[in-house]
Amino acid sequence: MSNNTAQEEPELVQLLTPEGERRTHPDYPLDITPDEVRALYRDLVLVRRFDTEAVALQRQGELGLWASLLGQEAAQIGSGRALRPQDMAFPSYREHGVAWCRGIPPKDLLSMFRGTTNGGWDPHDHGFHLYTIVIGSQALHATGYAMGVQRDGALGEDGTAVIAYFGDGATSQGDTNEAFNYAAVNNAPVVFFCQNNQWAISEPMERQSRAPIYRRAAGFGFPGVRVDGNDVLACLAVTRAALQHAREGQGPLLIEAFTYRMGAHTTNDDPTRYRVSAELEEWRAKDPIARVRAYLENEGHADDAFFAAVEEEAERLGERVRHECRALPDPDPLDIFHEVYAEPDVHTDRQRAEFADYLASFEDAAAEGVR
Amino acid sequence: MPTNLTIGKAINAGLRRAMENDPKVLVMGEDVGRLGGVFRVTDQLHKDFGADRVIDTPLAESGIVGTAIGLALRGYRPVCEIQFDGFFFPAANQTFTQLAKMRRRSAGALAMPVVLRIPYGGGIGAVEHHSESPEAYFAHTAGLRVVTVANAVDAYWMIQQAITSDDPVVFFEPKRRYYDKAEVDTDAALADAAPMGAARVARPGTDVTLVAYGPMVKTALQAAEADTDHSIEVVDLRSLSPVDYDTITASVRRTGRLVVTHEAPVSHGIGAEIAARVTESCFYSLEAPVIRVGAFDTPYPQSRLEEHYLPDLDRVLDGVDRAFAY
Repeated sequence: MSNNTAQEEPELVQLLTPEGERRTHPDYPLDITPDEVRALYRDLVLVRRFDTEAVALQRQGELGLWASLLGQEAAQIGSGRALRPQDMAFPSYREHGVAWCRGIPPKDLLSMFRGTTNGGWDPHDHGFHLYTIVIGSQALHATGYAMGVQRDGALGEDGTAVIAYFGDGATSQGDTNEAFNYAAVNNAPVVFFCQNNQWAISEPMERQSRAPIYRRAAGFGFPGVRVDGNDVLACLAVTRAALQHAREGQGPLLIEAFTYRMGAHTTNDDPTRYRVSAELEEWRAKDPIARVRAYLENEGHADDAFFAAVEEEAERLGERVRHECRALPDPDPLDIFHEVYAEPDVHTDRQRAEFADYLASFEDAAAEGVR
Repeated sequence: MPTNLTIGKAINAGLRRAMENDPKVLVMGEDVGRLGGVFRVTDQLHKDFGADRVIDTPLAESGIVGTAIGLALRGYRPVCEIQFDGFFFPAANQTFTQLAKMRRRSAGALAMPVVLRIPYGGGIGAVEHHSESPEAYFAHTAGLRVVTVANAVDAYWMIQQAITSDDPVVFFEPKRRYYDKAEVDTDAALADAAPMGAARVARPGTDVTLVAYGPMVKTALQAAEADTDHSIEVVDLRSLSPVDYDTITASVRRTGRLVVTHEAPVSHGIGAEIAARVTESCFYSLEAPVIRVGAFDTPYPQSRLEEHYLPDLDRVLDGVDRAFAY
């Protein structure tokens, strides 16, 4: 049986090698100042530190679950920093780095994994929709939102673009493929940003797709590009160009950020059951943070004091996140009935009242016991 | 001015009025544009409001509901047509896991003013998947409002109320009654229409309460007319979630008997829920157990058998008789 399609290794857009050497790409020129690279480095280190802290908090029983972004920092920071304030991002549930770029307070992400909310931030305040857990669903929301942008006449050089995040597993979902098609047919201003981290829990890429993901776009009638997902500069440049393409009314675009999930799928997962450590070593050599540090050092753009300051800031962030997580208040039992409907609802009101009476009956019984 | 309208035309007129009143109202679905929908419920809207507001979608139901969610997030009020009851299911994920839960997930930050219009029910001699009554699935899902209409007056007003609601509303249209006519005062004010969540006593009576909704209201009224032994009070439910229990229990306390009828299978259906609740709240008023008259717990049969499968006038009257056997 022929396996040519999967075997053919497409070229990655890469602007920074794993060794920290700058590359140029004819389609993706990137004018970036040392200051901006240092800022990206800081982002990368801080979100990794936040993520590490969240994993630790789960191990300590403070979070029910955590989906680590370890290894995917560049894909998320690069694309997240390409967004403009008016843009709207539709994340999956691992986009902590994008959330960081959009100004979502880390404790708001933790509250969902601690179980004190089911999300709880206002997407319109940050241009960042709620985390979506059902795989691929948000790709359609992004497409519909982009159709709304078109109807608002909000396209143009400074128009609004929409970005949908999902993983390699999601490319098997009908909703993702329907989103590609709806976006294509409507020429909607949406960028599909797939972080191909090679694993959908235990299933490797070859169980999801025979064709390279970025090539799917051609079948739907729009461009697709594969970028080195561990290269923050390439992710920034490619996403920025794709967003511009969308906001100027040229339609959707698919970016496949080729990266690797260095950690488990979530804290409940044990990847040693299905993948070998050699693969991990291979990807560790492509670490998204190390290459930026190497670049800054080699170019003399940052000194030891800078790196030490970022480390210290990261430690302070870890500490802050730890405290904020533990301080998250447990919701009131009657919160169960809160905001099920936007408009008054007789039925939930009645159940709330009945449950309140039921809860109060324990207090009454306790009071009688004291007497 | 009163106008004689079919249910289908009344929904069309209601959609038109909603679109005139609010530029954010969109109509979307398969064949809703130039064709005007397979039942012509969106007839002429494409011509008058344009392709940006009356959207012919790709043939993918999950995409319809999923993109409607995104449009709602952008401030639009999409009215989605699902072409037939049995074609809803590809959109189940978007409806149940996303549309219904978005408000609560956002702790109230987001609203989902999306309407899903679904022609439902049997009796039209159709092929498989074109005759089903899936309303209980929706009523079982918190976060959705579920309504259905039995006449052109409700059709005209309730589609507008569904559109102005900030909650997602599943709007079931009784396809075999699309051509039933009534006088509708289309110039009246929306604010004066009966609330969407309220049941209606469609025919007063004294001996037994007969609760029906959608296509079965007509059958229930025929039963009340035909039964010369008992005075049947017919309650048109209108809203299936939430159910207006106040109207039902007030009626049952007067009559002492309750029969619930729907086209959907009886088990785990709307009637089962009403029976349980009325038994709980009206136990001392009931002279007989609550009787359910619905379809059998089988897949919807081939159309040559549907007259045996669907509850008809005789089956409803049989149910009424059983309520008097105690």
